[in-house]
Amino acid sequence: MFGRSEKHMALAERTAEQAIHGRSLWKDAGDRFVRNKAAMVCLAILACIVLFTIIGPLFAVWDNETIDWTAMGDVRGLGAPSVESGHFFGVDDLGRDLYSRVIQATTTSLLVGLIGAAMALFVGTLYGITAGYLGGRIDGLMMRFVDILLAIPATLVIILLLVVAGRSFIMLFVALGAVSWLSMSRIVRGQTLTLKNREFIEAARAAGVGEFTIMLRHILPNLLGVVIVYTSLLVPEMILAESFISFLGLGISEPYTSLGALIAEGAGTMAYGTIWQLAFPLFFYVTIIITMFFIGDGLRDALDPKDR
Amino acid sequence: MYKLRTSAIATLVASTMLVAPAFAAGTHPTTGEALADDQTFTYRVLDEHSSVDPQVVEDVTGAEVVRDLFEGLMNQDADGKLVPGVATGFTTNDDKTVYTFTLRDNAKWSNGDPVIASDFVYAWQRAVDPELSSPYAWYMEITSIENAGAVIAGDAAPSELGVKAIDDRTLEVTLSAPLPYFATMTTHSTMFPAPRSVIEAHGADWTKPENIVSNGAYVLTEHLPNERSVRERNPMYWNNDNTIIEKVVALVINDENVALTRFMAGELDRTEVPAGQYPRLKEENPDIAISFPRLCNYYYTFNLSEDGPEVFKDVRVRKALAMAIDRKIIVENVLAGGQPEAYSFTPAAVAGFEPPESEMASMDQPARDALAKQLLADAGYGPDNPLKFNMIYNTSEAHKKIAVAMSQMWKQKLGVEAELGNMEWKVFLETRGNQDFDLARGAWCGDYNEASTFLDLLTSPSGYNDGKFSSPELDALMQQARTSSDTTPLYTQVEYIIAAEQPVIPIYHYAGVYMMDSDVGNWPVNNVEQNWYSRDLYKIAE
Amino acid sequence: MLGYTLRRLFAAVPTMILLIAASFVLIHVAPGGPFTSERPLPPQVLANIEARYGLDQPMWKQFWDYLSNIVFHFDFGPSFKFKDRDVNDIIAQGFPISLTYGFLSFLVASAIGISLGIAAAIRHNTWIDYFAVSLGIAAQALPNFIMGPILILIFTLQLGWLPGGGWNGGAWPYLIMPVIALSTSYMGSIARITRSSMLEVLNSNYIRTARAKGIAERHVIWKHALKPTLLPVISYLGPVFVYVLTGSVFVDIYFSTGGLGQAYVGSALSRDYSVLLGVTILYGGLTIVVNLITDLAYAWFDPKIRY
Repeated sequence: MFGRSEKHMALAERTAEQAIHGRSLWKDAGDRFVRNKAAMVCLAILACIVLFTIIGPLFAVWDNETIDWTAMGDVRGLGAPSVESGHFFGVDDLGRDLYSRVIQATTTSLLVGLIGAAMALFVGTLYGITAGYLGGRIDGLMMRFVDILLAIPATLVIILLLVVAGRSFIMLFVALGAVSWLSMSRIVRGQTLTLKNREFIEAARAAGVGEFTIMLRHILPNLLGVVIVYTSLLVPEMILAESFISFLGLGISEPYTSLGALIAEGAGTMAYGTIWQLAFPLFFYVTIIITMFFIGDGLRDALDPKDR
Repeated sequence: MYKLRTSAIATLVASTMLVAPAFAAGTHPTTGEALADDQTFTYRVLDEHSSVDPQVVEDVTGAEVVRDLFEGLMNQDADGKLVPGVATGFTTNDDKTVYTFTLRDNAKWSNGDPVIASDFVYAWQRAVDPELSSPYAWYMEITSIENAGAVIAGDAAPSELGVKAIDDRTLEVTLSAPLPYFATMTTHSTMFPAPRSVIEAHGADWTKPENIVSNGAYVLTEHLPNERSVRERNPMYWNNDNTIIEKVVALVINDENVALTRFMAGELDRTEVPAGQYPRLKEENPDIAISFPRLCNYYYTFNLSEDGPEVFKDVRVRKALAMAIDRKIIVENVLAGGQPEAYSFTPAAVAGFEPPESEMASMDQPARDALAKQLLADAGYGPDNPLKFNMIYNTSEAHKKIAVAMSQMWKQKLGVEAELGNMEWKVFLETRGNQDFDLARGAWCGDYNEASTFLDLLTSPSGYNDGKFSSPELDALMQQARTSSDTTPLYTQVEYIIAAEQPVIPIYHYAGVYMMDSDVGNWPVNNVEQNWYSRDLYKIAE
Repeated sequence: MLGYTLRRLFAAVPTMILLIAASFVLIHVAPGGPFTSERPLPPQVLANIEARYGLDQPMWKQFWDYLSNIVFHFDFGPSFKFKDRDVNDIIAQGFPISLTYGFLSFLVASAIGISLGIAAAIRHNTWIDYFAVSLGIAAQALPNFIMGPILILIFTLQLGWLPGGGWNGGAWPYLIMPVIALSTSYMGSIARITRSSMLEVLNSNYIRTARAKGIAERHVIWKHALKPTLLPVISYLGPVFVYVLTGSVFVDIYFSTGGLGQAYVGSALSRDYSVLLGVTILYGGLTIVVNLITDLAYAWFDPKIRY
């Protein structure tokens, strides 16, 4: 499409990149990330949320499971957010303190979102890059396997996990991981397919660089942009997927809760004059989404190998 | 909070639904109320019905439709009392083993054919036929019709069932044991007639709106699964002149909050009130929010089987847990729908049942709490040695709230640590059925208005007794009740045993809690089984 | 390409059989059967029902009967729960509904999402970018289960403009809320992926080269940047396309549309073996076809890709 000149340029740049590679790839990226204001602000906000989940409980008047029987009798009145009653965020439908519940839910959901997305990141990327790079029959087999897994009813898989392994926090992550890596692997594979035909890869191969090194050193860095963005999209998806998994009985059970569960409860009662039951958990959820967006963006920019 | 809005949206919906000709406005023949022009009754159902085949249907939603489409030998009136249906009456022999029903001569199928005795014979044979394999075949067995069990087991041909058509107007039923309430049982959909020629012509497709032929006040005209089903007046129905509602629309709306919103928007005449919202709605719309007792109980069962935890084998522990539950809080603050607190297993609304004056019912809550602490301490549990167990329930907002409230009551009063576990419905049933639990939620709705429908659950041989409670004394009393003419004291006695042994913790008894548009006339609130017939309803002009 | 397509279609057969077999086994080992209920059926009644549906046969026999009925009669069996209907009925009724609102939602989500993403990337760090980003976040921040009730509260209860649910043959007033609810949940993600992919492409050497050569910016974007930008978007859209075509359980639940999403989730929960398998097969078939189309689209967008 662009003739030889582009190929030469790319080649030249790649060779130059090779030279500085070992020294400063990660450090450069780190510097660039620090310079990204939006990302840094969001990182600070995320840190504040984490800090809040740690020191917030110190200020709590009520714990996350004790029912305030007085507030329970009049959730719309006495249960409203108030400093005097000690229910800073109001109470849920049962008269439990929403402040403590939101803190506990945020901790859980952050863990679920980050760990779930990270599992998708590792498994999906590894699988996708292997399939895409090796190509041919192996690619075909690996991708048909993904097709099958995409179509198998996840509800049943989760129910079976519950029956075989029992309810636990770890099984929740296994379940999340099992369903989340599939789309990631397809995206990574698609990108790998186009990357592996680029001139710089051909050049590297011609120069005798090993296949594994090509995958790790040349393809992977060029994939990171898409992968990071998709991972940041997966965080909210995982947070919501958790509530379905918990619905089936695998995962989090009362008195513990999660943002997904609190939002769903709040959404049910939003027309009944207890809007704080939706507002507070939704606020934390949205804040997490926003920070993920800009942190993801910042990471993408920072890790873009072309951008230096 | 929201004013009822019936303007724009109603026109929009009406313009698409109003196929029936506008009926001349009139007045109700007995009450004299002015009737609305549009006699359409629209109500919300939680789930798609399983079938409208009378012998196959197994869910409440489906049974409601089938009761409108078909008519059995006998019906129930607004109070749940027996009134004639297709049969004008019946006679029995002295020991109540042979029932002879006389059929009215003007009953017709919607295709104009007369309803004759052999339609019932066909239907009942069909219900027990292994080939149809009706999930309600067991119902035919408990009616005691001769050979029902043998036909189900494949040991006898369906034609050997103890029912025969003496002539077109006379149906004779032979029972294997005397059953005083057999006629009452014919109000159930499994015993409705079935149109043989139509079923033979269309097979399983006979219930599709384009094929179905029925003998009730309505015919099925439209069925859009998971969206709606529509039934319209059947002009062939023998009592068509007294039917007022022209058209009945059942809308499937899974989410109760959305259903309430749509009710407020004027799209529905009836919907359920979500847990906890009744007091507010009642305050805002006193004529519209209604609550009345139902024939259902809600309880937790201890696992008393060999696999069950040792601690629950101590009756003091069971009693302590049952005592410490403040049912008033649960019914007033959690459910808040006018449900009665439960201190007996059988709801007090059941006909011919007298709840016992048990110890627990007569105390106030502080006294119960004190006794609970005492009992638990006697059993060896206290702050240093807290009682621990798990309790399971199937995933649902209302079940969750009750379980959380219960566990908090125990925790705060007794220091008991109950671990909560929710499960998906089928997993829950399997787990409970395998006695793989400590304490499990249970609920039961009566099949008929008689205490044995509840109390049989706690007999040793019962397949529904998931807690595996076993009391020879209770079993003997229930056996005795089967043939006794005065069952009331026996059932009260059984409840005394339950109160003493506490194999279950009764929590509350159900109430029907509805938003019912004030223009709906004659909703049978006194029919505790909630067997309602659209043809008894009417819409009042507003 | 034709050879490749044929090979892929050929490979679909063993893939489908594996999928059916795996789902079949999963369904049968999952706890609770279609006839497990609060009121356990008496053994004899249960035995009759199981005999009627062939559940008393050994598993291999059931599997074989099931497969041969599909292959020779295109009959997916009766529903175990909705006894008046068979699987063919249920799919024939629900799929067109899901297809209609799903396809519309897909069009809306990808059209708006991709446009927003491209606009944001071209005008990086301008108000257009910020607007697109905020819109994307807002769309993502309101999950389906909030969107549904909110839309009904606003458009049905407060404004009285739209019916609160139902399908009514797909008349437009009934379509609006389902399409809004379903499309917004994907729109944000699509915009996000497009934006970052476009930024990356605009930053790449050959675009720089093209610009250096003095090619008009507009030409650079439409002729050179667009295709590579869309590659990862297409990877994302593939599975999304299958999801929305087979319906959304949230849409079906909140708007009573009667689509396949609810039938699918409902059948898994009620262990309606035949319906679940039938929808899974449809879903698997669509996945295979859509993934094939995606792969062909890759090759079209990037002619260097060879399979």
